[in-house]
Amino acid sequence: MDFATFLIQCLNALQYGLLLFLVASGLTLIFGIMGVINLAHGSFYMIGAYMAYALAPTVSAIFGGAFFSTLAVGLMLSVILGYLLEWAFFSYLYEREHLQQVLMTYGLILVFEELRSMLVGDDVHGVPVPEWLNGALALNEVMTYPVYRLFMSGVCLLLAGAMWFVFTRTRLGMMIRAGTSNREMVQSLGIDINLLYRIVFAIGVALAVFAGMIAAPVSSVYPGMGNSVLIICFVVVVIGGIGSIKGALLAALLIGLVDTFGKVLLPQAAGVLVYVLMALILLWRPNGLFKD
Amino acid sequence: MTGDVLLQGINLTRRWGGLVAVNNVSISLERGQVHGVIGTNGAGKSTLINLLSGEFQPSSGQVELLGQDVSHWAQPRRARAGLGRSYQRNTIFPSFTVLENCRLSAQAQHQQAWAFWRNAHTDVITRSIAHDVALRVGLGDALERQVGFLSHGQKRQLEIAMCLATAPQVLLLDEPLAGMGAEETERMLNLLQVLKKDHAILLVEHDMDAVFRIADLITVMVNGLVIATGTPDEVRNNPDVRTAYLGDH
Amino acid sequence: MRHPTSFVLLFFGLLALWPFMAGSYGADLVAKIMIFALLALSLELLVGSTGLVCFGQAAFFGIGAYAAILMSPTDGSAPALWLSLPCAIALAALYALAVGALSLRTQGVYFIMVTLAFSQMAYYVVHDTPLGGGTDGIYMYVKPTWGWVDLDNPAHMYGLIWLSLLVGFLFLSQLLRSPFGRALSGIRVNEQRMKATGFSVYPYKLAAFTLSGAMAGWAGYLFAVKDGFVNPELLSWHLSGSLLVMIILGGLGHMRGAVLGAFAFALLQELFQAEAVFGSFAKHWHLSLGLTIMACVAFMPHGLVALPAQLRERLSGRNNREAPVEALEEQA
Repeated sequence: MDFATFLIQCLNALQYGLLLFLVASGLTLIFGIMGVINLAHGSFYMIGAYMAYALAPTVSAIFGGAFFSTLAVGLMLSVILGYLLEWAFFSYLYEREHLQQVLMTYGLILVFEELRSMLVGDDVHGVPVPEWLNGALALNEVMTYPVYRLFMSGVCLLLAGAMWFVFTRTRLGMMIRAGTSNREMVQSLGIDINLLYRIVFAIGVALAVFAGMIAAPVSSVYPGMGNSVLIICFVVVVIGGIGSIKGALLAALLIGLVDTFGKVLLPQAAGVLVYVLMALILLWRPNGLFKD
Repeated sequence: MTGDVLLQGINLTRRWGGLVAVNNVSISLERGQVHGVIGTNGAGKSTLINLLSGEFQPSSGQVELLGQDVSHWAQPRRARAGLGRSYQRNTIFPSFTVLENCRLSAQAQHQQAWAFWRNAHTDVITRSIAHDVALRVGLGDALERQVGFLSHGQKRQLEIAMCLATAPQVLLLDEPLAGMGAEETERMLNLLQVLKKDHAILLVEHDMDAVFRIADLITVMVNGLVIATGTPDEVRNNPDVRTAYLGDH
Repeated sequence: MRHPTSFVLLFFGLLALWPFMAGSYGADLVAKIMIFALLALSLELLVGSTGLVCFGQAAFFGIGAYAAILMSPTDGSAPALWLSLPCAIALAALYALAVGALSLRTQGVYFIMVTLAFSQMAYYVVHDTPLGGGTDGIYMYVKPTWGWVDLDNPAHMYGLIWLSLLVGFLFLSQLLRSPFGRALSGIRVNEQRMKATGFSVYPYKLAAFTLSGAMAGWAGYLFAVKDGFVNPELLSWHLSGSLLVMIILGGLGHMRGAVLGAFAFALLQELFQAEAVFGSFAKHWHLSLGLTIMACVAFMPHGLVALPAQLRERLSGRNNREAPVEALEEQA
């Protein structure tokens, strides 16, 4: 393949990997800190995408603008959703066995899917890319690359940086990291652990929803999108190591590379390659690359 | 034969990142002897037992069981070779009966995993071993009871019984007296007195009176290091031990 | 049920008589449920008996099913039952051995995610490669035979399924009574103690995993032959999820729980999809199912088999929160 094609694939891999990271980081955070395996995490991604589609008309009617106002409104709603869900449902799962968590959240997937079906229907939809991001960057005389995809990568990187900052430089981040390693101690320090969990959960949900929203113009909005992203996220978490944000980033980028180049070089095996990667890494490191 | 060295830890060290939990500790267990290990919290006693039993690999040093270097053997293999271990917190099968707890433990030496057609519960060999060990620890009347209904002391007795069910030569006992009342402690100490004749016993304990009563040798650990090894009298009079540990007792 | 023998006689007797009582639709439905009951039994061995939460059982089911069809002779003659069934089982067992060897190196939540991922891998192989015939699936035009047994005959098919379920049930019940089965229980209840006592737990788990995969493959073979059609959805993780629901619904730790759970789940699905009961809401039956799953886990954690005991306690006013004693005879 020539250099321009190679560059395009690299950029695609980066964009896909970073988006995956956004979703997977929420999953690994929720598991690492609260010890809950949440099968419904993919549904948040799906909810984000459908929000991008369904809210746009309402938001532009009220607030004007379209894409970014929808993004802002969607984010706010997702934080509220995450907060309420944790309070009403997930807080009961913390003490339960994994099997029960798996089944409860599996039931939740079904509920979300059906609610979506009842509210918005089962059709596939497109979401328009905002005008000013709709251009293409010229790579050479023939090839171009969509600006929107660069925007996506940029935003994900920004968020990754923000996450790094919050976790390593703020009090909240310190509390979260302490909560991962020693729950009782955090509580005995007088920190309201319930509030902490609620905040972490809301962040996790918001990340997934946000990822869904910015992905919508590129991947379109369709019913099964939550499930496919969920399983890949599981692979990210297994490869990266549960609870490790660093691991999730590395694993997501690795998967982005393998998947993107796999589709180009070995189209028939593409779907399988990610799992082969996982199998190989498990042979070498049963606890993931960065065990927390 | 009394006096045989059955288990040896040689220059054992275990590091966790920057923390040295066990620092160049050597310990030797002989048949007919109870070797007590005492020390403050965090001294490394539990880590030492874990290194000897095979739950952790040492960062450096060796473990020798019955003359063989077992440093790289996993725990189950060491157990099959004659190393028994009891835990500080009850590590039993709570939903099984006392009999089944002992029987399943005995099964470790008679695994027969391929015999699908056999009915384990009525297996003569493992059942008789189970009866035997339960009787020895004083649980002969409680065989059919579900373990959840036993008193704490009885559960600790069961813990020992399960150790004995595999006919080990070495016993590593991690705080067997934990949470016991006076009468139960007495019973347990009598049991240990009987057991030591044929076994080499390592006894990690916090109950000072008990250790000094029953141990033939005592090793004192502080911050991962051994600061003294000797008979109870020697240890009692050792100035380092007095300052570091018994001084404020 | 204090007497498993009476359960077996009653239940399997009823199932044997069913085709004569119900019509061909009823027999067909029950035949399908019996296949899922066999599949649920295979998962019960892993989850209920060994404590391994596997979210990838559909893969072994699907492999057995695809093997049934892909190993049919190309000349159009009937496959030999005595050969194609063991081959399908062996293929499923082989994949289970490979997946198990890798997955069992992980613990807890990792294990759940990894089994799910490997199941997806199998799904994609079948979905994307020409091997699997793609999303359209593959048809079986000639059903296997063996001597006078012709699986094209619905009665013979029903009989084989019934026999498979009975054999599976009895085999697993005996397995759990054997030293191997008791070791699995020990691993479930306290793996640390098992290791400290001298059991190398990895080989036991791997053996259970492989056996479970073999049984799932058997169920898959029956499914493919009965319907004469396979498609990638047989390996979907929704099936894996449904199986977990079945065994929790019926009651973990009991063979008959798995079987009852399969029947209860199938009936629930029929109920929720019935327009006669739910009207136009019936097309949103996933919602009812999802809520039921959550309610079941929250309020009936010990499943249907524990229901008589639970009700008895409620009625007698006792509030005994102790988990039921694991009487060895009660395993079935």
